[in-house]
Amino acid sequence: METRKPDQTAPDGPARLELEFAVEGRDFAAAGNAASRIKRALEHVGFAARAVRRASITAYEAEMNIVIHARRGVIRACITPEAVTITADDEGPGIPDIELAMQEGYSTAPEDIREMGFGAGMGLPNMRKCSDRFSIESRVGQGTAVRAVIRNERRGTEGRGLDR
Amino acid sequence: MKLDAVVRCLEARVLSGAQQLDREAVGAYAADLLSDVLNRTVPHAVLLTGLTNPQVIRTAEIMDLAAVVIVRNKRVSPELIALAQDRGLVLLATHRSLYESCGLLYMAGLPPVPSETLDGGLHGGDAEA
Repeated sequence: METRKPDQTAPDGPARLELEFAVEGRDFAAAGNAASRIKRALEHVGFAARAVRRASITAYEAEMNIVIHARRGVIRACITPEAVTITADDEGPGIPDIELAMQEGYSTAPEDIREMGFGAGMGLPNMRKCSDRFSIESRVGQGTAVRAVIRNERRGTEGRGLDR
Repeated sequence: MKLDAVVRCLEARVLSGAQQLDREAVGAYAADLLSDVLNRTVPHAVLLTGLTNPQVIRTAEIMDLAAVVIVRNKRVSPELIALAQDRGLVLLATHRSLYESCGLLYMAGLPPVPSETLDGGLHGGDAEA
């Protein structure tokens, strides 16, 4: 499910593209659809390759977290020429100890998830690693909200090559 | 190494993407943990895996992998092949084991994937565009 509000140009603000996707818990067949659409949108608007990559990974990890752990959730991407903001809000069990959950290798994922190749306790740390700004809030028994900002890096930060 | 050389080296069957075998692979990575793939691979790498669930294809798409090789003659569902075709991904299957496949490709000159830094640090960048 997708909502698209293209090119909302506010009188005092830059052009922005907003994408929104409903994600169902345990729906492994559809898991990855939202991240895939966000990736293609970023490519379409000409984001730098490395920023597309970091944002796509962040969105995919967030989407998998909802599918694995929550009842349902919403993934949003707000794209401007400068950055993409990815938010993931879910209704689910919440995270009792966020500091622990942010540690690589800590996971509460069940065995069937591990057999699929996930649940190694690397999702949240990977999202933080790929983001320029990352925040997470959670209420036990209610849900979790993740927000990640990835800058569209075009200003000579790539070490080699500009504007590829 | 071009993907058709990968196919010959592993005596692989081409399940999807037969028209794209002239593409170049920059290196290879082997994992049954997709979390590792999301942390470690670079664009245009080949992934060797024993996993056959749809998340393999999704992960390959997100990471811009050149190809996925499913090892040790695992059964691949028609749904997985259809998903790979839909995403324009090269999907290969070989009777060889993961270890054997890695060894053969390494001997044939396909290197490990170069390291990539995706954190806020300013080094690294995409391996190849």
